[in-house]
Amino acid sequence: MDNASTPLIELIDIYKIYKMGNTEVRANNGISLKIYDGEFVAIVGKSGSGKSTIMNIIGALDVPTEGQYILKGQDVSKMKDDDLAAVRNKTIGFIFQQYNLLTKVNILENVELPLIYSGMSKKDRKEIAMNALEKVGIADKWKNHPNQLSGGQQQRVSIARALAGSPSLILADEPTGALDSRTSREVLDFLQTLNSEGNTIVLITHDQSIAMEAKRVVKIHDGQIVFDGAVEEYKETIEHGHRAGI
Amino acid sequence: MGIGQAFRLSIKSIVSNRMRSFLTMLGMIIGVASVITLTGIMQGATDDTMSQFSELGTNNITVAITNTGSRHVEVDDMYNIVDENPTIFKAVTPNVNAGYTVKNGVNSVDTSVIGVGEDYLDINQLKMTTGRFIQYSDIKTRNNVCVIGTYIRDELYDGNVNIGDSIKINSQLYTVIGILEESGDSEQGSGDDRILIPYSNAARMANIADISSFTFSAIDTELVEAGEKILDDYIYSVMKDKDLFQISSLTQLLDMVEEMMGVLTGVLNGIAGISLLVAGIGIMNIMLVSVVERTKEIGIRKSLGAKKKDIMRQFVIEAAMISSIGGIIGIILGSIGSIQLGNLFKISAVPSAGSIILAFTVSATIGIAFGYMPANKAAKLNPIDALRSE
Repeated sequence: MDNASTPLIELIDIYKIYKMGNTEVRANNGISLKIYDGEFVAIVGKSGSGKSTIMNIIGALDVPTEGQYILKGQDVSKMKDDDLAAVRNKTIGFIFQQYNLLTKVNILENVELPLIYSGMSKKDRKEIAMNALEKVGIADKWKNHPNQLSGGQQQRVSIARALAGSPSLILADEPTGALDSRTSREVLDFLQTLNSEGNTIVLITHDQSIAMEAKRVVKIHDGQIVFDGAVEEYKETIEHGHRAGI
Repeated sequence: MGIGQAFRLSIKSIVSNRMRSFLTMLGMIIGVASVITLTGIMQGATDDTMSQFSELGTNNITVAITNTGSRHVEVDDMYNIVDENPTIFKAVTPNVNAGYTVKNGVNSVDTSVIGVGEDYLDINQLKMTTGRFIQYSDIKTRNNVCVIGTYIRDELYDGNVNIGDSIKINSQLYTVIGILEESGDSEQGSGDDRILIPYSNAARMANIADISSFTFSAIDTELVEAGEKILDDYIYSVMKDKDLFQISSLTQLLDMVEEMMGVLTGVLNGIAGISLLVAGIGIMNIMLVSVVERTKEIGIRKSLGAKKKDIMRQFVIEAAMISSIGGIIGIILGSIGSIQLGNLFKISAVPSAGSIILAFTVSATIGIAFGYMPANKAAKLNPIDALRSE
C-alpha cells in the first residue's frame, strides 16, 4: 500500500440512514475507508451487515446520507442522478451475482452497452467489445444470446462488459454466488489475473473463503468496519478466533 | 446514446414482441383507417352531390308569381331586366308547364309540354342531338314547332323520328324541329319525357293571359344573390305584396347541403378522433406494462451509465414508432378502403392528402404524448431497486 499517493476511493465517515416509519435504520454507521490503485479488496459481511449499502455507495448507485465519498478525486456524495450515471459509465465496471445481462440482444451487444452510453462510435465499440470478449475467452460465441450460454460463460460475458469501458475500478458483487465450485474457481482466478495486470478490484461477499482470494479484507458488521487488513492477517484472526472458540 | 441507436433498439423491441406490438398498433390502425375512409367518402359524397346540383343549375334563379287581375308582370319586362343588367344576368326564359296528351297517328302518350323562350336550352344546360331549337321568330309568330325528348321519340316514333315529322299536341298539329339529347335514360317521368314549344303557343294553349313562372340565369353563382335582389325589388314594385311572388335559387339549398355534409363529416371525424384517442390510451397502457416488465433491463442500463434522457428517449421513440407504424398501415388500409367503398357506393371517394398528413401527424403525436408518461416513469426508476427486481 502506497499511502503517499492519493487513494482511488476515499470514504470519509459515511452514514446511510433509512427511515422505516418512526425507526431509523443505520445501514452504514460511520464508515471510513481508503482504497488505492491496484488493490484487490474483499468487503465481507453477513447479510444485513451493511455491505450491500456500502457497495451501492462505492458503485455510485446511491449516495450517503452523511459523509463524503471521493472517487478519483471527485466528490460523488452530493451528485445528481445523471452525474452518477456518468461516473458509473466511465469509472466503474460492475460484475453482478445474477450477471444482469440483457436477454434480448446477443453477448457482443451486451458488452457494447456501456460504450453506447459513453457515446463511442459504432466501429470503435465493436472492436473494443470484441477484444473484451476475446480476453475472457468467449469471442467465438459473440452472436449467441445470454440464455444460450452456461452460468460460467454468462459471468464471463459480464466480466467482459465490466472491462470494456476500461474502468478505474471493478466492483464485483458476489460474483460466484450463482456458480458451482469449479466455475467459481475460474472466475476467482480470472479476477486475480486482472488484479495482477493492474486492475483495482473490490469484491463484495458474505463468504469468508471467497474473501480470502483478495489481498486485503474489510469486514463489515452492523454498519461499521470491524476489521481492515491484509488477507494473511485476516486468516490469523479467524484461526485465532477458532482456537479461542475451541 | 444517439437517436439512431434508440431507433434500432425500438425496432428490436417491437419485433421481439410482435404480437403485442401488433395488438397495440391495431387501435391506431383502425383509428387512422377510419379517419381516412370516412373523410374520403364524405368528401366524395359532397363533391358528387355538389356536381349533381350544379347540373341542375346553380346559377339559376326561379321566379314564381301569382298574377292577379289588377297586377301582373309582363314577359317583356322580364327580358328588359336582363338587358338592363348585363353584368349580372345572362338570360331568362318563361316557363309555361302543362300536361297534355300527344299523338303520332295511333301512338299516344301523356307528357309535360313546356312553353319556353329561345334561351331555355342554355339556361338549363341542355343539348340537342338533331335539328334546331325554338327561335325568337317562332315565339313571335306562334309557330307550331316543337322540340321533343328521347322518351317521346321512343314512345311515339319507336325511336325513329325525322325533322319535319308531325305530332299532335292537345289535338293541335305541330312540327318536330329538333330532338333533345338524352339526360335521364329515356325513362318515363325523366327529363327526356317532355316536349318544348314556344311559350307564346303554350300560353294560348293553356288559355292564360300572363305567364307566372320564369327562370333567370346569372353570369356566375356568386352573382345569384345580387340577381335575386334586383328581381325582388322589381317584382315587389309591381305586385306590392311579398306573398304574391317567390324568388328562389339553388344557392340556399346548396349552402344547406354543404353545411349538412360539413356537420356529418365533423361528427364522423369526431368519432374517428375518439377512436384515435382510445388507441393512444392503449399505447400508454402497453407502455406502462412494458416499463414494469422491463424494470430489470432499465436497472441494468442505468447501472452501466444510461442517463434519464437515454431511457426516456428509448421508450418515447418506441411508443412513437408503434403508433406511427400503426398510422402508416392505417393510411394504406384507409386509402384502399375509401377507394373500394367509393366504388361500392358509386362515389368518387379519394383519400385527401390533407387527411393523410393529419392522420399521420396525429398518430405520431399521440404516440409521443402517451408514451411520455410511461417513459418518464422508466427514466425515474432507481437503479438499485430496478436491478433487484426480477
